[in-house]
Amino acid sequence: MDPHQPSERCKETFAVLSDYLNLDLPPEACREVEAHLEGCSPCVEFAESLRKTVELCRRYKPTELPLPLGDSAREQLREAYQRMLTASKTARP
Amino acid sequence: MEREDEIELARQLIAEEPKAFDRFVEHFRAKIFHYSWLMCGHREDAEEVAQETLLKVFENFGQLHEPERIRPWVFRIAKNACLMKRRKSVFAPNAELSLDELMPAREQRGGQFKIQIADWSRIPEDQLLQSELKDSLETAIGELPEVYRSVILLRDVEELSTKEAAQILDLSEDVVKTRLHRARLAVRKKLDEHLRGATVPGGRSEGG
Repeated sequence: MDPHQPSERCKETFAVLSDYLNLDLPPEACREVEAHLEGCSPCVEFAESLRKTVELCRRYKPTELPLPLGDSAREQLREAYQRMLTASKTARP
Repeated sequence: MEREDEIELARQLIAEEPKAFDRFVEHFRAKIFHYSWLMCGHREDAEEVAQETLLKVFENFGQLHEPERIRPWVFRIAKNACLMKRRKSVFAPNAELSLDELMPAREQRGGQFKIQIADWSRIPEDQLLQSELKDSLETAIGELPEVYRSVILLRDVEELSTKEAAQILDLSEDVVKTRLHRARLAVRKKLDEHLRGATVPGGRSEGG
């Protein structure tokens, strides 16, 4: 069979690729994916693009940052923190 | 900041170590703001969510029995605060993403079937952060229906486990896995379109 023909195996691989990349597949299913990838370069290429997408998400740092915390908001948080400390001391035996 | 550092910071916060409060607020405020900004779509809402979440974090800190769970615990509170702001979501409706539509198109070239795909292999790993790609990634995540967006943000951006994301979102682990896969495929598709349509340093610029 022409390895570049879209096959059922390609579709099955496509459906479990995230589980495969997350190492979430059971060993048997993992071996099946790897056996398929050995002989199907379009699926390898696709899997690589998905892997890089995940990598990109992991390295992603936001463009938008919050405005600096205002004095009254900081004071509100500090008071809540003080109450937290008081409560934790009271709770201790 | 790595998770181990966050856990250490949570311990320092309880121990009243100097600077722990400032560092904790600075770190988690930015993190929650980012998540809420991508979930709510409004800067003002995201800043309010960050403040409300931090207040709840301090008020309920006694309920966090294991500092190891600080990141998922904070995100659980942030997710609930975000839900209260959903009145004006500017993003896509909660459509289902279908697997079939996310499969790459196939074309016949030189007597062989190939998938239509950009040349990802030529993007060096260290260029994954270049600004054009980053903008495309941000847009792609922002355009995801909300139920997929929350999953990819928690799993891939915040690197929480399937179990933690499931607990935060009140979903089964299987649903988290299914949605994560579709979210990744949809983001991948958008990035692929970007790569095929634009000139990328180190990539090819064939434009289809």
